[in-house]
Amino acid sequence: MARIGVFVCHCGENIGRTVDCAAVAKRAALLRDVVYAVDYKYMCSDPGQNMIKDAIKEHNLSGVVVASCSPLMHEKTFRRTVTEAGMNPFLCEIANIREHCSWVHEDKPVATEKALDLIRVMVEKVKRDIPLDPIRIPVTKKALVIGGGIAGIQAALDIAEGGKEVILVEKSPSIGGHMAQLSETFPTLDCSQCILTPKMVSANTHKNIKLYTYSEIEKVSGYIGNFNVTIRKKARYIDETLCTGCGICQEKCPQKKIPSEFNEGLGMRKAIYVPFPQAVPNKPVIDREHCTKFINGKCGLCEKICGRKAVRFDQTDSFVNEEVGAIVVATGYDLYTIDKKTDETLKGYGEYGYGKYPDVVSGLQFERLVSASGPTYGELKRPSDGKVPETIVFIQCVGSRDEAKGVSYCSKICCMYTAKHTMLYKHKVHNGQAFVFYMDIRAGGKNYDEFVRRAIEEDGAVYLRGRVSKISEENGKLIVKGADTLSGAQVEISADMVVLATAISAQPDIVPLAQKLGVGYDQYHFLSEAHPKLRPVETNSAGIFLAGACQAPKDIPEAVAQASAAASKVLGLFSSLELEREPYVAKVNESTCVDCEFCLTACPYNAIERKEIKNRKGEVIKVVSHVNEGKCQGCGTCVSICRSKSIDLAGFTDEQVYSQINALFV
Amino acid sequence: MQLKLDNNVNQFANEIEHLSGCSISDCYQCGKCSAGCPVGEFVEESPTRLMRLIQLNQRQAVLNSKTPYLCATCTTCSERCPMKIDVAKVMETIRILACKEGLRPAVKAVSNFSGAFLDSVKSNGRLFEFGMTVTFNLKNGTPFKNATIAPAMLLKGKLSFLPQSIKNKERLKNIFANSSYFEDREEKKEH
Repeated sequence: MARIGVFVCHCGENIGRTVDCAAVAKRAALLRDVVYAVDYKYMCSDPGQNMIKDAIKEHNLSGVVVASCSPLMHEKTFRRTVTEAGMNPFLCEIANIREHCSWVHEDKPVATEKALDLIRVMVEKVKRDIPLDPIRIPVTKKALVIGGGIAGIQAALDIAEGGKEVILVEKSPSIGGHMAQLSETFPTLDCSQCILTPKMVSANTHKNIKLYTYSEIEKVSGYIGNFNVTIRKKARYIDETLCTGCGICQEKCPQKKIPSEFNEGLGMRKAIYVPFPQAVPNKPVIDREHCTKFINGKCGLCEKICGRKAVRFDQTDSFVNEEVGAIVVATGYDLYTIDKKTDETLKGYGEYGYGKYPDVVSGLQFERLVSASGPTYGELKRPSDGKVPETIVFIQCVGSRDEAKGVSYCSKICCMYTAKHTMLYKHKVHNGQAFVFYMDIRAGGKNYDEFVRRAIEEDGAVYLRGRVSKISEENGKLIVKGADTLSGAQVEISADMVVLATAISAQPDIVPLAQKLGVGYDQYHFLSEAHPKLRPVETNSAGIFLAGACQAPKDIPEAVAQASAAASKVLGLFSSLELEREPYVAKVNESTCVDCEFCLTACPYNAIERKEIKNRKGEVIKVVSHVNEGKCQGCGTCVSICRSKSIDLAGFTDEQVYSQINALFV
Repeated sequence: MQLKLDNNVNQFANEIEHLSGCSISDCYQCGKCSAGCPVGEFVEESPTRLMRLIQLNQRQAVLNSKTPYLCATCTTCSERCPMKIDVAKVMETIRILACKEGLRPAVKAVSNFSGAFLDSVKSNGRLFEFGMTVTFNLKNGTPFKNATIAPAMLLKGKLSFLPQSIKNKERLKNIFANSSYFEDREEKKEH
């Protein structure tokens, strides 16, 4: 005979406003098998939880229904409460009378009736609940970090420092990411390379970090604690073990007219190249598309000149398998492409003449032009004729906050880096004048607004509130036509150079990776966190974490903070010997299973295996389906497809679900 | 209105900064000066807008604006500015600058009043209301303005036909001689 207790929560005013909680408790007490029912203002508070504990002991309850908020919110809380009173946690169920009732209704009598219905349904379920034990799964204490930018490097270093092994995978020939391209960083103006390159070296030399550059994730299978990852090592056409990085091949390569990716197309590189002098690892790759040897079989100069005989034209992609327990995704961002439109929804800014006028450049290109390691060695010269620009115009929100031509979100970092650009410009061109067209200045952050004010007050940048309508060229000058809404005037500036603060967009090839990982993404292809406020580094796939701009536009401090947060989550996961998870998995009734294998093909998680049942002599007498509890996600697909009704879902049995439905029609 | 901006964009702001000691680039256009301005509803360019025009080097527009003349110098703006800019002082600087350049005052009556007031103080050492009112009315071309209230004021002894003078007129002369705002600042710069 079941003895059920019902606990009705007012949730302050949230439920109490539209549901007569006292009446609900009084009537719930009259339900069959309910021996105790009570209402309270805040059931999740300490006194509320104590009420539950006391009632379990006093009334010798066999099951508990808490009528309160969504189980996503407090199911864990109340299950812990009943455990403390000696009850199996899975004998406690939540009737959601907030999100499913009080928040969506206005009529109090109707909402009260509905709340009682929801409680009745859960009472029927809890009566049929059986004590369950959490499933324990082992953990492989090795992490995979995807992406070798500042976020990935930081996460890898933190995990490695925590004493656990890390595999760091980077798709380009060197780690460093976008941060390696920057000249100086806001709000302190310290040199980007100077703070990044030591970390790059540490990541390469740390005993706990295994680095795979020029590699991509091919396949991911498994689940939290037990992922199996296949990594594709793209052919470098170099034997990395022999190459010393002397650079003679790069020096002698005759193919030198290839726009450098690292310099954002403003400089040239060879067909065999190291992306930048501080690259880690300092080993070249051969660009197959542009290499003469690959195009027509002639040349091969690098092979002849290499003292270590490290060039391998016959190298092919190779594959490595790694077992890991957790994955950190730190794939970073890309820039909104202004001229070339790969995505039809993004129509570009023809009126700004990017691509048409060489002196209209993107923010990242400007970084390269003022960087000491850039194509001009840090001297600011405009791309068209090498002249020092005496008047420069910066345009913010190019692509950002523009639903017609770009994206609706704010790219967040542009206000700050544009202010930084005006300062770098003024520090290099003392008699120059910088103008900035902006819509709003969003400088939230420690010392951020002060930084923007410094650009205006000390370095004399003139900020104009408005957008630019058109840029045209006249006698070697760029005529910028915009508006200043503060004075209500049209503004015309004859500039030498224009810098566009282009929007941040997601990595173009992130979707296939997200699908391999089973991680959600939003309409702009930024990866989704599990909860925007309370679980910002976790994803909805257990064991997979996010760091950096793959989740949303972020600046360096934020990316680093999130990377360290993700690393601490990974280390927390690795600190337990075994993982516990909810026991809501499918169970096969082996005596009725007929081995039709329908469930095997239906299972989306490959959780069902075939199991041989042997007699005492070791002869196979029957083959049945068997559920791997580690893989099963409790989706119930196998339950509905099973023809002999041999599979049931623990905690959600057919009997429970039918009795719940029946309870609604009493 | 269309503005052509070039590398001299900060020139006028620097000039005003030098003359007034107020940093024009500090202004971030929050509008608090205009929000509390008692003559705000009577002016075309609000104090905020005027600050913006200085920032954008609009010398002529600023020197010909009526706003500095209608400014009551109540200093509410200066008191409330979050960036501690003495906006009233900027207004005064504009008036002085316009005067120095020999520009026709944008609001004639205001400069007539200032002139009449200063003339009266200069010759008597204190204000001679009757004389000043007559001079002011004549300058404005409205000789009998407010004449009807004169008899009542005379009867109550609030108005007198004759000026009262001070003793040491030599010192007064010195005050006027030394008070020229610009010479004073130029002198300070030289030292």
